[in-house]
Amino acid sequence: MAGGTDLMVEVNRGTRLVGNVVAVDRVPELRGWSLEGDRSDVLRLGAGTTCADLAEPSLAKLVPALAQAARTVGSPQIRNAATLGGNLATASPAGDTLPVLAALDAEVELRSSAGTRRLPLDEFVVGVKVNALVPGELITAIRVPVLNGPQEFLKVGTRNAMVIAVTSLALVVDRPGRTVRVALGSVAPVPVRAIEAEVLAAERCDFDGMSVPPDEVVERFAILTADAARPIDDHRGSAAYRRHAVSVLARRAIRRAFSGVPSVAA
Amino acid sequence: MTTLEAVSRTATGPRIGESAPRPDGVPKVTGSFAFSSDLHHDRMLWGGTLRSPHAAARIRGIDVGPALALAGVHAVLTHEDVPGSPTYGLIHRDQPVLASDVVRYEGEPVVVVAADHPDMVRRALAAIEVDWEPTEPLVDPELAADAAPIHPDGNVIRRVHLRHGDQTAADRQDLVSVEGTYEVGMQDQAFLGPESGLAVPDGDGGIDLYVATQWLHEDRDQVAACLGLPDDKVRLTLAGVGGAFGAREDLSLHVHLCLLALRTGRPVKMSYGREESFHGHVHRHPARMHYRHLATTEGDLVRVEARLLLDGGAYASSSSAVISNATCFAVGPYRVPSVEVEGVVVRTDNPPCGAMRGFGAVQTCFAHEAQMDRLAVTLGMDPVDLRLRNALEPGDRLPTGQVITGTLPVAEVLRACAGHPSAAVGPDDPMARPGGAGRTADVDDVVRGEAVAVGFKNLMFSEGFDDSSSARCVLHRGVATITCACAEVGQGFVTLVHQIVGEVLGVDEVVLAPVATTSIGSAGSTSASRQTWMSGGAVQMACESVRRELLARVAATHDVPVHDLVLVDGRIFSLPGGGSGDDYLPIDLSLDEVTAEAVEADVVHRHAPTLPLDADGQGDAHVSFSVSAHRAIVDVDPDLGLVKVVELTTAQDVGRVLHPLQVLGQLEGGAAQGLGLAVMEEVQVTDGRIRNASFTDYLIPTALDMPPVEIAALIEQPEPGAPFGAKGIGEPPAISSTAAVAGALRDATGLDLPRVPVRPDDICLASGSALDEAD
Amino acid sequence: MTTSEDFSLVVNGSHRSVVDALPGESLLFVLRERLGLIGSKNACEEGECGSCTVRLDGETVCSCLVLAAAAADREVVTIEGLASEEAVLSDVQQAFLDAGAVQCGFCTPGLLMAVDALLDTDDEPDELTVREAISGNLCRCTGYGRILDAVDRAASARRTQVTL
Repeated sequence: MAGGTDLMVEVNRGTRLVGNVVAVDRVPELRGWSLEGDRSDVLRLGAGTTCADLAEPSLAKLVPALAQAARTVGSPQIRNAATLGGNLATASPAGDTLPVLAALDAEVELRSSAGTRRLPLDEFVVGVKVNALVPGELITAIRVPVLNGPQEFLKVGTRNAMVIAVTSLALVVDRPGRTVRVALGSVAPVPVRAIEAEVLAAERCDFDGMSVPPDEVVERFAILTADAARPIDDHRGSAAYRRHAVSVLARRAIRRAFSGVPSVAA
Repeated sequence: MTTLEAVSRTATGPRIGESAPRPDGVPKVTGSFAFSSDLHHDRMLWGGTLRSPHAAARIRGIDVGPALALAGVHAVLTHEDVPGSPTYGLIHRDQPVLASDVVRYEGEPVVVVAADHPDMVRRALAAIEVDWEPTEPLVDPELAADAAPIHPDGNVIRRVHLRHGDQTAADRQDLVSVEGTYEVGMQDQAFLGPESGLAVPDGDGGIDLYVATQWLHEDRDQVAACLGLPDDKVRLTLAGVGGAFGAREDLSLHVHLCLLALRTGRPVKMSYGREESFHGHVHRHPARMHYRHLATTEGDLVRVEARLLLDGGAYASSSSAVISNATCFAVGPYRVPSVEVEGVVVRTDNPPCGAMRGFGAVQTCFAHEAQMDRLAVTLGMDPVDLRLRNALEPGDRLPTGQVITGTLPVAEVLRACAGHPSAAVGPDDPMARPGGAGRTADVDDVVRGEAVAVGFKNLMFSEGFDDSSSARCVLHRGVATITCACAEVGQGFVTLVHQIVGEVLGVDEVVLAPVATTSIGSAGSTSASRQTWMSGGAVQMACESVRRELLARVAATHDVPVHDLVLVDGRIFSLPGGGSGDDYLPIDLSLDEVTAEAVEADVVHRHAPTLPLDADGQGDAHVSFSVSAHRAIVDVDPDLGLVKVVELTTAQDVGRVLHPLQVLGQLEGGAAQGLGLAVMEEVQVTDGRIRNASFTDYLIPTALDMPPVEIAALIEQPEPGAPFGAKGIGEPPAISSTAAVAGALRDATGLDLPRVPVRPDDICLASGSALDEAD
Repeated sequence: MTTSEDFSLVVNGSHRSVVDALPGESLLFVLRERLGLIGSKNACEEGECGSCTVRLDGETVCSCLVLAAAAADREVVTIEGLASEEAVLSDVQQAFLDAGAVQCGFCTPGLLMAVDALLDTDDEPDELTVREAISGNLCRCTGYGRILDAVDRAASARRTQVTL
């Protein structure tokens, strides 16, 4: 347990009993980050990196969408304790950092006494609150690319602070790579990539001038993104609302990214 | 200026009209103030409650054996262990202490346990075996009246008919007609301090209960009846209260704690968790209301018809009084010559409902203000002008037939509110837009709307209820000790007491005796905006009695005329050149020496009597009224349906400002609750079961949701008969605020929005059809 | 089967022993029920209200979500430790009283901890910054108006103190 912001809710409620607990938030090596690769274009984030850490300017500059997502998690108190590793381990469909990590094709580093392995995010978060940890394994780090291009994270909630996402959307642009990647939260058991929308954007967006795409491209992008969502009705929102909200978020995100307006950083 | 006035003005110490410091302020900011959940006793056990998971079920059997067998478990009690009355209730004694053969709502208490540690309590509860036979719950209030009774008292808790004026106006064909159906969802009081208390047995068959509540003596009476004990064996002391807003008027854990303590012979503490708290107290009545307004083309209201249906849930609580209020104030603060309202509150297997700040007037204000806005559109009139044209004034007759003999500045609050300059700025900062930290809206995605709403209700209890409050003042060696059982729930009554004593006795050393049933008679409930009038009045009365006796004592012992004496700043002086013309040495005595022998007064304060309502809802049923208005400015993101309330402006009829900061506190806090009901707060109930019993999903406004509240005016027209001329101020802020926010949302979106809380779907997925046509 | 825990916490500058705690007890529970420090409150016990806010190694956290044993030997500051040795009340506590920002008082300790932390990092916060900083502290009584005023007063007091 690191921050305990998910686990302790269950413990307090009596639905989870604790036996032996290892407080990994006391392991300094888990909290820190470094740049890797020949061009320092891979960011390795320790699993113990807190949401507050992610929102700090030095990290926000490297992964603006992750900083933005972290800033929407819970409250300032929660953000001081909640970690990236915890968000991954809980694997909630509404986990705020998860759509950003999905859009970035994040890689999860896991370590046990048997050694180290790395899993792509979509092989780690595999179901509603189901992750791919095997007994004895610890999440040690997450790797994401440092991209050259705007990033957006938008989250819908019925209050202006401290809300579980009804729907969320992460969009990251790789200008040299000429790709747009889009991932959705709270509209499926796991974060979902809007692949067909991405294909459209790769074909039709102006990666050189970053000009706003034509309306019909934006609308088609929004429809394709919404089609990728598989939302349900629950007490936080209806499936119809979620699908509609995704299309709105997609429209706004693509227009913000391709408008010359600087990316929103924390 | 007379000599007396000059002398008065030099007085120091907290006085009426000043923002005196809270006497409990330092303990509250240092964390030493003991709330009911902070109580601790050596040897104490922890208590817990097993609650029904079903909205409706028969209980075929309860096996507590497995729980009793667990280590650390000291008692496991059922309905069979209730020695006195098996049921309790505020008005109707219809609610079981512990369920016996049926349960009628999800969360109904069935078994209580006492154990050494909360974890053991949890295990004990999990070990109890209840043989449930779930039944089909009655959850649609529209069907309740005709459905098979789910309770021996029947499914209609109360029906109120109100008929006023010429009923043939209904048939007139020359009038403009506007109809609408409106709905208000179930709001929760959501006080922060959980239900909690400590019961300590005295070893002699009696019990001391320390508990957070709104009405100590009413609780004592009900608890004593359920325990089958005389009053002197059941002693209640008020523990620190973490907010109330109506949710502590009913018993919650009181009897349970006493039963466990008496059975185990040990002190027992219980503290509800948040989820349990949602099941453990009553909520605001959800309401469905159908209205028809008839007016002349010039905009004079001629007739209002309304049908009100309130869902009271499983047990009656104060539903009878809530429906009466809703019915009496259904029309709003307007002059309407012809009125017909039928109000009914029914019983269902939904969560029980009862008192919440505003008490029925919140629901009807939402409806009548929506109607007034519709009417204004139909008539092509400005909505504020329409309201002003029909605004009630003192001397007017209400739909109950009662003439307004006190103050009621309806037009004044409306004008002040509508005319107040706005300080609202544009949504330039992304954090200030709808969506907040979620950053969902750009500037162009936002539209702004504005609306004004006005509402009123009665202050204090009604319909002939003989209400009173008791207080005692003891002045000894210059220190005033005040005993009054008024429950301080945060509103600042304890501060007011200091101010009253300062004002009447000029004493600034004031001791508030602990609030307990053993020391004084009832102060009545901290609700209905009544305590300043009733208990403030009682304290004032007691202090004045002490003052009179004190001066009489000095006059007698010093042989001077009593009307030559004044009491100021802890001293008694004779006025220079006293009016009597007698010759004597000037008097200048310290209170300290004069009260070496204590002076004491014990009083009971009542208001002027009221009368019941007759079969047509007519009668002088109310003591006093208060009106307030709000103007709301909202930003809406119509594509996502997200809302940010940008500014709330209010004007309120307060009679007299007794404490400026505490007045602000009530107006701002009440507006927050009104905002919450408008846009985010609803206990979501499906098939009788609460889906969002947590602060994760029952959302109350955070600091990022709440705008500044601008005070346009505090109208001070002293109310005849009210102590200090002051009106209660607690409820009006929660009444017109919801209606104003809803109106502003309609202004921004052009949608009908006939239901609160307004959800994002209602804004961005609206079908666009009005529920009813205007003629 | 229950095991028990013995550990030590550093609370408000003092070492405090905790013996025979049950596994799973939160820091909030230990503070309140074992160490007699009732100032931190239990309004929700799921991190949604902030009434249990304490400082853990200098950062504000919800103590209801901290496993007490995991805070062993770490520095905990509660409302009882907010004022310095010399003063009875800190600047934020006095400001809350002066501004009329206390009604029932249940949210007050948590809010004071959050505001104190805010002013440590920014002694001239604008309104939105303040609102975001206290967005994790629910208050049901005040509507936040007097609280915002209290923060203004406290910030002003703190700036003056720093200059002196």
